[in-house]
Amino acid sequence: MEIRNFTLNFGPQHPAAHGVLRLVLEMDGEVIERADPHVGLLHRATEKLAEQRHWVQSLPYMDRLDYVSMMCNEHGYVLAMERLLGIEVPERAQYIRVMFDEITRILNHLLWLGSHALDVGAMTMFLYCFREREDLMDCYEAVSGARMHAAYYRPGGVYRDLPETMPQYQTSKWHDEAQVHESNQNRRGSLLDFIEDFTNRFPGYVDDYETLLTDNRIWKQRTVGIGVVSPERALQLGFSGPMLRGSGIAWDLRKKQPYEVYDRLAFDIPVGTNGDSYDRYLVRIEEMRQSNRIIKQCIAWLRKNPGPVISGDHKVAPPPRADVKADMESLIHHFKLMSEGIGMPEGEAYAAVEHPKGEFGIYIVSDGANKPYRLKIRAPGFAHLSALDEMVRGHMLADVVAVIGTQDIVFGEIDR
Amino acid sequence: MNSMFRFLKSLFLLELFGGMRVTGRHFWRKKITLHYPEERAPVSPRFRALHAQRRYANGEERCIACKLCEVVCPAMAITIESAQREDGSRRTTRYEIDLTKCIFCGFCEESCPVDSIVETHVYEYHGESRDELLMTKEKLLAVGDKYEAQIAAARAQDAKYR
Ligand code: SF4
Ligand code: SF4
Repeated sequence: MEIRNFTLNFGPQHPAAHGVLRLVLEMDGEVIERADPHVGLLHRATEKLAEQRHWVQSLPYMDRLDYVSMMCNEHGYVLAMERLLGIEVPERAQYIRVMFDEITRILNHLLWLGSHALDVGAMTMFLYCFREREDLMDCYEAVSGARMHAAYYRPGGVYRDLPETMPQYQTSKWHDEAQVHESNQNRRGSLLDFIEDFTNRFPGYVDDYETLLTDNRIWKQRTVGIGVVSPERALQLGFSGPMLRGSGIAWDLRKKQPYEVYDRLAFDIPVGTNGDSYDRYLVRIEEMRQSNRIIKQCIAWLRKNPGPVISGDHKVAPPPRADVKADMESLIHHFKLMSEGIGMPEGEAYAAVEHPKGEFGIYIVSDGANKPYRLKIRAPGFAHLSALDEMVRGHMLADVVAVIGTQDIVFGEIDR
Repeated sequence: MNSMFRFLKSLFLLELFGGMRVTGRHFWRKKITLHYPEERAPVSPRFRALHAQRRYANGEERCIACKLCEVVCPAMAITIESAQREDGSRRTTRYEIDLTKCIFCGFCEESCPVDSIVETHVYEYHGESRDELLMTKEKLLAVGDKYEAQIAAARAQDAKYR
């Protein structure tokens, strides 16, 4: 009798495939012999499109790369531009950026935790995580006007300062004065008060998540010893971020190559020991606590130090609106920047940020025009996905889902 | 001793009961659900949704057809044609935003020197065909007329940050 391996097509419409992953699995019974990821279903040619748009116009497209950590993508892009331009960013803008990077990290890890737990079978986590995400998206909305695709960072700073007021809930036939008063409790102050209230509540929420998962026997059975990557192998495969730290290598760009104001903030880098899914889970949980700590420090600094949030160099950053209406020179700057864009010097630059998923890098080449000559995106997820085959080999079919979950894959950045 | 302790902990399902305590606590908590559409989540003055064209208080349309929004739009969603009106002022004869292309980046509003094109807080619109999602000048002005009070209030609230 002839025994043949069974070929199974997983995705691209599978809910556990996190977007549009198509996997061709070669299986011997229920054991995976080979996993072949087919990528490219979400390809939108972001890199090529950027060559036809002036520098700032590509910025909203960066949001759409990894669409669960929007501002971190923008950060990589503006950082690369700033390196090439050689301009100074006001300190307040740097703190705002760091604060929103960490908010983004929590947003990303919450989505990861919720969907990973859901894939593995814990439905409650998903609801709890999304409840907290809601608060953070309100912060996004308050500064930028969009709940996800913010387009808030600009070369030279950020677009607008943090607002002094927060929008409030209104009464309705379902909620009377007293109830609305209660839900508006944290919305009466400025955005910073709102974020501070969140940072005070958040550690308690993380404790709840940990009570639900960390010791849970089902969770442990599904994650301990699944998708083990040794430290050497993790380095060879080009891992970064929590995937690398889960294997026990303390590599974090925020510490190793500090950008913005990270060298002035106190935080720790959690590392795992076994390099399995469970360790990566613990690393990410701890990262959320550390991000919370960073946000608190940023709030304290931002409260004390008002000031400009965008560079005063009007060859790079548009002048304030009031000036545009009152003064001819500003109007000319405004028109030049909006129509022609920034004039970038010739040269090349690479900037990498510690994105929630790993090292997110932008490499730009400029030939002196108002558009990039070439833009290259280094997406962390791509390196992680290439190791999928190695990580799932010998595991069961159900573990594929757990491994995809632990890799924290988002197709916007992999296919870009 | 340690393994004994672990065995007992495992036998009595302690961690599962701990988890159930958390979910039980949340079960009795006050609900945070909003009854949409009667109730809505609060909307920030910077919110970016459906576009509108504004008018001055005397009814004159603001847009002067400078085409700055057309050139700044990263998605190339805006199409403008302009001509001189009888009174000699420069106006658009065609102003269209293709909502199926628009990525709601807000650059058009940022660029407009006369605060003409704005993004309102109207996030509930729909179209059953592409035509319906093509915002012509008339449609944009109608949206502007309808929500002028809200648009002006939001702009005033945010003016000092821009
Ligand atoms: S919001 Fe952005 S994409 Fe949409 S029309 Fe305005 S500039 Fe174009
Ligand atoms: S809407 Fe504003 S930016 Fe666009 S053409 Fe009219 S005046 Fe110019």
